Amino acid sequence: MLRTVIILLLLASFISDADSTTIRLNAGGSLQAMLDRTPAGDTILISKGFYKQNSIIVRKPITLIGEGFPVFDGAKKNEVIIVTANNVRLIGLHIQNTGRSSMVDMAGIKLQNVTNVLVKNCRILNTTYGVYLQNCNKCIVEGSTIKAYAKDELQSGNAVHAWKCNNLLIKGNMLSGHRDGIYFEFVTGSLIEKNVSFGNIRYGLHFMFSHNDTYKGNVFENNGAGVAVMYTKGVIMQNNTFYHNWGDAAYGILLKDISDSKIEHNKFDKNTVGIYMEGSSRIHVANNEFTNNGWAMRIQASCDGNVFERNNFVGSSFDVATNGTMMLNTFKDNYWDKYDGYDLDRDGIGDVPYYPVSIYSVITEKIPTAMILYRSFLTDMMDQVEKVMPSVTPDMLKDDSPRTKKWKL
Amino acid sequence: MKTIIKYVLLDLFRNKVIMVYTLILAILAISVLNLDDNASKGLLSLLNVTLLFVPIITILFSTIYFFNSIEFIELLLSQPIKRSKVVLAEYYGVALPLAAAYGIGIGVPLLLLAPSTAAVTLLITGILLTLIFSSLALLIFVKSKDKTKGIGVAIITVLFFTLLFDGMLLAFIYSFSDYPIDSAVVGIIAFNPVDLARVLMLLQLDVAVLMGYSGALFKKFLGSATGSVFSIACLLFWVVVPLLLSVRIFNKKDL
Repeated sequence: MLRTVIILLLLASFISDADSTTIRLNAGGSLQAMLDRTPAGDTILISKGFYKQNSIIVRKPITLIGEGFPVFDGAKKNEVIIVTANNVRLIGLHIQNTGRSSMVDMAGIKLQNVTNVLVKNCRILNTTYGVYLQNCNKCIVEGSTIKAYAKDELQSGNAVHAWKCNNLLIKGNMLSGHRDGIYFEFVTGSLIEKNVSFGNIRYGLHFMFSHNDTYKGNVFENNGAGVAVMYTKGVIMQNNTFYHNWGDAAYGILLKDISDSKIEHNKFDKNTVGIYMEGSSRIHVANNEFTNNGWAMRIQASCDGNVFERNNFVGSSFDVATNGTMMLNTFKDNYWDKYDGYDLDRDGIGDVPYYPVSIYSVITEKIPTAMILYRSFLTDMMDQVEKVMPSVTPDMLKDDSPRTKKWKL
Repeated sequence: MKTIIKYVLLDLFRNKVIMVYTLILAILAISVLNLDDNASKGLLSLLNVTLLFVPIITILFSTIYFFNSIEFIELLLSQPIKRSKVVLAEYYGVALPLAAAYGIGIGVPLLLLAPSTAAVTLLITGILLTLIFSSLALLIFVKSKDKTKGIGVAIITVLFFTLLFDGMLLAFIYSFSDYPIDSAVVGIIAFNPVDLARVLMLLQLDVAVLMGYSGALFKKFLGSATGSVFSIACLLFWVVVPLLLSVRIFNKKDL
């Protein structure tokens, strides 16, 4: 009997321990002091207000919930929140004005060596780095607005910066005005979904050595140089929009040494170069929509085994440019708006192959100065003559089954 | 001089070619601008029209007109009027209606349907090209004695500027591509009003980015305000120099 009572009492105490309490931090109170007092597993409700507090370190698994976006200000000197414990949740906070330093990467929220941390619905303004994930696992950054007003590359950081992480979820964030919108280095097995990355000085998305990541439904718009991804295998990019990355050295997406990846169902609209590809292998580029780009694709001769199929190419100044005569990639079943062949058996597939590389694009690829003759009568004529009798353009680069009708994508 | 210009204008209005020219340009402009939902594309198509047809039509029409009015000119010269006045009046009489035709035919639809800086640039370059090629026509007229030869020279001139020059430029770029020739190329295109007009216009449009892609100098230079002033100054030179040359030659010409 006594034994049962003791067990019951013990159980009850466990339950009460597990049932976390919620504490309120009133406006102006010290968050750091309260964090140090609060036992692990509790929730701190932060009242609306302005908290001139920074370098707050979260050392225990605690949930921080902001009511009406309480403002934490780094006074342009320090970092704001540093999380060093697992299972921490940060919800609804407003974080602003981190410092800038060449020694430390100053971040609005920095996650260091943690697992299972959630950053949700936060507003992070005018920070060097917005959310900085360092050696993290299974962390989520969701529904946050991360905005800065960076002026040059050297003085600024990235909106979401992840280094040596695994299994991240970056979802539904608005990222703008930083150096890079999303920066990944050695980040694997992660999902980046439905983010909008715009107006960043350098890249909307930048990743290196980040294998097996998936990018879905993101929008990359008006970034200084578009999107650059390098030295990675097993990337899946689907349903993303690359819009108006327009400038002297801007790309919808730049692929360098990417292999075994998929680029499908994306939209490339008004980019200087839709896809720039260098040293990339076995990428499946299908069902994409290329509209109004300067160059829809620039595929260097160092690429091999890539398949381009069922894409729409509409309104490009140049469909494809390349720098060599060797072409080890496959083009098939694409729709090209410049295709002027015929389809006698009416099966929707043109009877003569389409050569997407025009002679003028070959010339400008070799000698960029020749671009001064862009849109002159002479170059139009050369393109027409070359179409009738191809001699200079790489004859291996062709689409043997060009569609006569646009794919509905 | 005013009286002579008036007579030339009256003569031109009577033969209605200018009217038809205006009408064709207007129809072209309206259809092209309505065809494309993208105004920038419409402008590019109109640029092609301007760069190809305006020089050809202007130079051929002017040359033929000058040769046809040779008797009128001889008659005028029997009066106590300065030769330079007669020849300049002939030039104004032809160039101004042609420029006006372009201004009305392309300009009115353009400014109504797609008003922008680029549209104004296109209008200015088109009018300047009209003035340039009628000025060249005058030079051809004073230099050559008979009509057939004159028209032949006019055709060759226009072909040279729209096609041959670019071919030679491309050959030049090809053979000297190992050297830093960017600034030389900028210098060379100053010798072709059609190229100048094209580059001046393209730099006003989005597609300019394609030209600056390699960080080439001409985008930096010609894209700047100084560059625009330089191009327009060069175009004005192309109007004035052949005109002054023609006056000089005509003054000494044995008719």
